[in-house]
Amino acid sequence: MTRTRRRRLLLVGSLLVGLGGAAALMLTAFKQDVLYFHEPSAIAAGDVPINTRFRIGGLVAAGSVNRPGDGLSVNFKISDCAATVPVRYRGTLPDLFREGQGVIAYGKLDAAGEFEADQILAKHDSSYMSPDTARALKAGTADACMPANMQAAR
Amino acid sequence: MTGTGFKRWFHRFGSLPYFYDVSARWAVWLAVPAVVLIGYALVAGLFVVPPDYQQGDVFRIIYIHVPSAWLSLFGYTAMAVAGVVALVWRLKIAEIFIVAAAPVGASFTFLALVTGAIWGEPTWGTYWVWDARLTSELILLFLYLGVIALHQAIESPRTAARACALLSIVGVINVPIIHYSVVWWTTLHQGSTVSLTGGSKMDADMLWPLLAGALGFTFLFGWLTLWGMRVQLLWRERRSRWVMKRITHG
Repeated sequence: MTRTRRRRLLLVGSLLVGLGGAAALMLTAFKQDVLYFHEPSAIAAGDVPINTRFRIGGLVAAGSVNRPGDGLSVNFKISDCAATVPVRYRGTLPDLFREGQGVIAYGKLDAAGEFEADQILAKHDSSYMSPDTARALKAGTADACMPANMQAAR
Repeated sequence: MTGTGFKRWFHRFGSLPYFYDVSARWAVWLAVPAVVLIGYALVAGLFVVPPDYQQGDVFRIIYIHVPSAWLSLFGYTAMAVAGVVALVWRLKIAEIFIVAAAPVGASFTFLALVTGAIWGEPTWGTYWVWDARLTSELILLFLYLGVIALHQAIESPRTAARACALLSIVGVINVPIIHYSVVWWTTLHQGSTVSLTGGSKMDADMLWPLLAGALGFTFLFGWLTLWGMRVQLLWRERRSRWVMKRITHG
């Protein structure tokens, strides 16, 4: 390798290292803002600014879904095993909404510690199987606890 | 390969008339596997494999979405590698690769975003959210468009190529961010179904057409890019003797 080429390679290399470092620092600094939702245990630990609207994500706790009266309202609990938050919602639900399934609710925490949601999104668990396999595995009732793909790296 | 053998290959490959002549023959070796693999993936994925236990038939869009998303990342990474070669060794063929690959990569990125949105509405309950995965993939589309626009905006081909090479290298920082976004942060987008180290979370009969599709799309990317390179090459060297000779003699 000639001298000029080595110098250019060094230049390009340091450009990449510099940019990578800058990006890493920036993303670490803004980590809280890049998170799309917060886990129930982070709310319990007081890591979430509860006076504003925010998203909370976790599994719909088994046996927690009930629909009072009017057919549009639904109450359920979002859990990550370590902590549980009760949620109130009025509106349509995505197809994938069911107990044991990951969901993300957008709204506000009220004084009583209940979450008043105005949007519910379903989170897919990234596993795909045929109905036969699902029956064989008795899946479909899904995880009891928060799967790794619903948690941010720490 | 010995050091000198590699060096000779490297320089012969960098010779434009040589590349133009052999690339016509290579194209077949990219086109045939592309057509066969994508054909198998689509027929098997859309008609043969069973529906998903939760999503039903909606999941079948994965046979377009995942290969497109894979190529959006692969294409940009390849452009960045070519960018280093173009800046350090000043190899023209690397410059031409960047220019030819950018529109192909942009198309796959666009396809990944659109198929993702179509799948997201029935599954998640929304077409679009600003989570880390979706946002960084959108930025990737803008980076591709930036490379294309930069190339169009600068008149001198060598200056344009150098600018495009630099943007390819700078933008590649976004590639690992896209890939790991679902691990580093909480996102609406799910984590990877298939990984090189951790196996797959998909039934084997569903998985094979997906892998075939990803491989087939990779061949398609190579084929389209190679053809784009030939066109770029003719245009850039249009005043040279070797191009004249090939055009007048067929």
